Amino acid sequence: MAVLEAAKTTRPPAAPPAATPTGPVWAAHRGAVVAGVIAVWVVLWALLRNRFTLTLDTASTTDLHLRINDVRDSIDAGRNSNPLFLYVFNEIRLVIDALTNAISGLIAQPAFGRPVPLLGWLGVVAVVMFVAWALGNGRVSLLAGAVFVFFGLQGLWTQAMDTLALTLAAVLVSLLIGIPLGVWAGLSDRVNRVLTPVLDFMQTMPTFVYLAPLTLFFLIGPASAVIATLIYAAPPAIRITAHGIRSVAPATVEASVALGSTPRQTLFRVLLPVARRTIVLGINQTIMAALSMVTIAALIDAPGLGQNVLKALQTLDVGTAFNAGMSIVLMAIVLDRVTTAMSERVEVARLMTPQAIARRPYLLGAGAVATLVCVYLSYTFANYAVFPTPEGTSLGYIGDDIAGAADAVKDWAQSNLTFFTQTWKDVSTAWFLDPVEHLLVESPWFVVVAVAVVLSLVIGNVRAAVTTAVCLAVVIGTGLWSDTMTTLAAVLVATVLTVLIGVLVGVWMGRSRGADRAIRPVLDAAQVMPSFVYLIPFVALFGATRFTAIVAAVVYSAPIAIKLVADGIRNVSATTVEAALSAGTSTLQMIRKVQLPMAREALVLATNQGLIYVLSMVVIGGLIGAGALGYDVVAGFRQSTYFGKGLAAGLAIVMLGVMLDRVTQAASGRTGGAKRR
Amino acid sequence: MPGDLSPVISVRDLWKVFGPKAEAVPKSEELSALGRRELMDRTGCTAAVRDVSFDIAPGEVFVVMGLSGSGKSTLVRCLNRLIEPTSGTLTFEGEDLLAADAARLRELRRLKFSMVFQHFGLLPHRRVVENVAYGLEIRGMGKTERTKKAMEVIELVGLLGYEKSYPDQLSGGMQQRVGLARALAGDPDVLFFDEPFSALDPLIRRDMQNEVIRLHHEVGKTMVFITHDLSEALKLGDRILIMRDGKMIQTGTGDELVGAPADDYVRDFVSDVNRSHVLTLRWIMRPPRPDDPLDGPVLSRDVLVHEATRVVLDSDKPIRVMENGELLGVVGNEEILGVIAAVTEGS
Repeated sequence: MAVLEAAKTTRPPAAPPAATPTGPVWAAHRGAVVAGVIAVWVVLWALLRNRFTLTLDTASTTDLHLRINDVRDSIDAGRNSNPLFLYVFNEIRLVIDALTNAISGLIAQPAFGRPVPLLGWLGVVAVVMFVAWALGNGRVSLLAGAVFVFFGLQGLWTQAMDTLALTLAAVLVSLLIGIPLGVWAGLSDRVNRVLTPVLDFMQTMPTFVYLAPLTLFFLIGPASAVIATLIYAAPPAIRITAHGIRSVAPATVEASVALGSTPRQTLFRVLLPVARRTIVLGINQTIMAALSMVTIAALIDAPGLGQNVLKALQTLDVGTAFNAGMSIVLMAIVLDRVTTAMSERVEVARLMTPQAIARRPYLLGAGAVATLVCVYLSYTFANYAVFPTPEGTSLGYIGDDIAGAADAVKDWAQSNLTFFTQTWKDVSTAWFLDPVEHLLVESPWFVVVAVAVVLSLVIGNVRAAVTTAVCLAVVIGTGLWSDTMTTLAAVLVATVLTVLIGVLVGVWMGRSRGADRAIRPVLDAAQVMPSFVYLIPFVALFGATRFTAIVAAVVYSAPIAIKLVADGIRNVSATTVEAALSAGTSTLQMIRKVQLPMAREALVLATNQGLIYVLSMVVIGGLIGAGALGYDVVAGFRQSTYFGKGLAAGLAIVMLGVMLDRVTQAASGRTGGAKRR
Repeated sequence: MPGDLSPVISVRDLWKVFGPKAEAVPKSEELSALGRRELMDRTGCTAAVRDVSFDIAPGEVFVVMGLSGSGKSTLVRCLNRLIEPTSGTLTFEGEDLLAADAARLRELRRLKFSMVFQHFGLLPHRRVVENVAYGLEIRGMGKTERTKKAMEVIELVGLLGYEKSYPDQLSGGMQQRVGLARALAGDPDVLFFDEPFSALDPLIRRDMQNEVIRLHHEVGKTMVFITHDLSEALKLGDRILIMRDGKMIQTGTGDELVGAPADDYVRDFVSDVNRSHVLTLRWIMRPPRPDDPLDGPVLSRDVLVHEATRVVLDSDKPIRVMENGELLGVVGNEEILGVIAAVTEGS
């Protein structure tokens, strides 16, 4: 893309256009047209209310859903005879299972004929601390050690290790595939062009939806979980590696070639070392994505902390969910800090004194010996193998206390804050959510389709309108029109809120260095957290309702929207701001007439990313009473009769995602260069 | 001029065309005659280098000068085939360079050529000494030997004491010294400079130009130097090739360009030059008139006008320009003042 654009700009400018381009008539009055379309829609809704709404009962299924069930049954029957399964899917499953079991047997589960894993808790803590120290620094090593011991104290050692083992397996496979592919895409424009839309699609799809289809091919369990995680976690590695390779200064590459380097020498001695820091950043992103997905994969029986959260959420046991959620967050923080320290290692190594450099091998050697001693102890003695749990507790030394405290806070909030939370919930639901939902769900399907297509045309372009029409047609085909509209209502409301927050906070951060310094670390931390745990505090506050899912979705997607807006405002050229100031512009005028219009592309991008994040969270909200498509998917995991319906719901979610993504992309393409991420 | 020696690099009818079906352009008489804009409209191609021919003598500093977009950077990249020429011939020490395969080309780049870049092109993850030794490393030279060699060159370019630094800890001028050292480390026959000092401050630029002159005296390499700065070209170049829109406009020594510009473009280009610092007496001498006293001071024809000024003005007789005992012409106050006063005349 960048190369294509560069090629375009190097051409001499074409003759000036004869006249300003004349767009369709509506292009000049976009806002008025949108308002008009919505007004017509409201009138039609009032006239035709509750007719042609294609409603399908929660418990009902359509022929399509049953047919998918049949397909599943026949796949199940042919699993050990169909050559595709015998030689492809089953083989992949065996390899991945073997890898996962090996890692799991090393740190998490009894294996290799032992009643306990090879490495007991002491060994794991020692190895983790040593690795964090050797590749990162002393600070993150201490943090990692403390957090891992804390897992044990929480009574979640085994679950934490299960999660870690799955994450490691998925990361290993992701990087094994992702880094070479990324290098290839970095070197070849053609590969990059082919890969980019595939990666875009992989990242647009809400994590939730590809779990079910995968179980069809790889059964329920670790293999499916690892592959699902791979789909979610490999794209950042590929993208960022390619970006790193592409960002190496052309002069540096040219100099290397001019000195007579072979392509291999240029790759290994110039491109990869120079891009190293960026590649490590990609590894960081991959690890964070993997952890997030591994916890969600609890839905298809992946072992680990996700299971605890899932079970507790389903019984609305906030205390237990909080305890496990805390472990997940801590795990995320450790993995993030350690890999970030790894990426900073290069700079740190530069600043070391010669004495420090000379001392380092001895220190590392001593650390390695100490680690080996711990490993041996944990291999040999039961107390160092299994994290001890005091008598009479169900969750170890402090797990019960944490759960109890969280429950107490919940109870207090529910008895003292009900007035606020309830009012907030009721008012928002009645004033925002309900009207949108009524309009979408109760209008005849053809009215909604017509409105959506026209709006896509006005906001985006012809291609976006066609995409919308196709996507909605597929949705009708899935038999889940009504549920899709309910989900869409939630997504739209949550996105509006997200963008609102994004603009308010983003403008503030973009204009004030101080605000940026204070808020950005919080946003960074929030983005590291797996989506799953966002639900926990809001379930505690609002109970299990669709409103809860919307709030969680807004909180989950706000950081990315805020950051994009802040960066957009910050990137407005300082000269322009200075020129406006010297013309006597007031602060409000500056924001409204200079900064926001010039950051328009960033705003549209923030909306686009906000939509994608919101959608993925709203459907996860199906777990806690948000109903609609998310619920259909979850029901598909739980009951085999709803498998087909769940799969259809997944498809409807993907269609919703593609539609919203394409329309906002088209809008951003209209306002300026359509650069993504 | 060491023109009687056989040339190190010999370029004939060289073309570089970018775009679809580029090779058709030099072949077609009609297309190759088109201007930049018409060629773009007709074929979608851009001709960066058009029909360029020249020879470079051993030990010569050959400057290619032109404004941005004139094709000079493309031309120098054709010489070591970082960019593949579209057509023409290219001979290096008698070897057909365009016939070299990838392995031979690498060998030449490792042993015979090296290049200094405008934006330095240093490896940010390596220390200065490792940057300088990179070319030796990829040849397979052992670590001790290449470090020793690198340190010698580092001393030569005046970077001693900075060998353990990383490039981003150095100023622009120092970074370019690293680039220079890296180019010299392989002991090449030919050094290519692609606008090496354009990114530097004026004062540092002057230092570096003097550095290049000093190095040229010390190591005596053949140098091909690309620049858009006429004063740099005049200062460094034994001969200068002026390019415009990919075509060569004129090739010659500095005083030839200033004294006898080939066309208005070159004349315009050199109009701001302080002519007394470039022109020699041979450009201003006139045949003696019958009434001229022929016993004034004697000077060689290669003396610069500004060097001769005082002698001429102090003498009440015209000075004689002599070579091998033969009178070539005379120079009086009138001629000297004609050059010095004409500095502003062009504008």
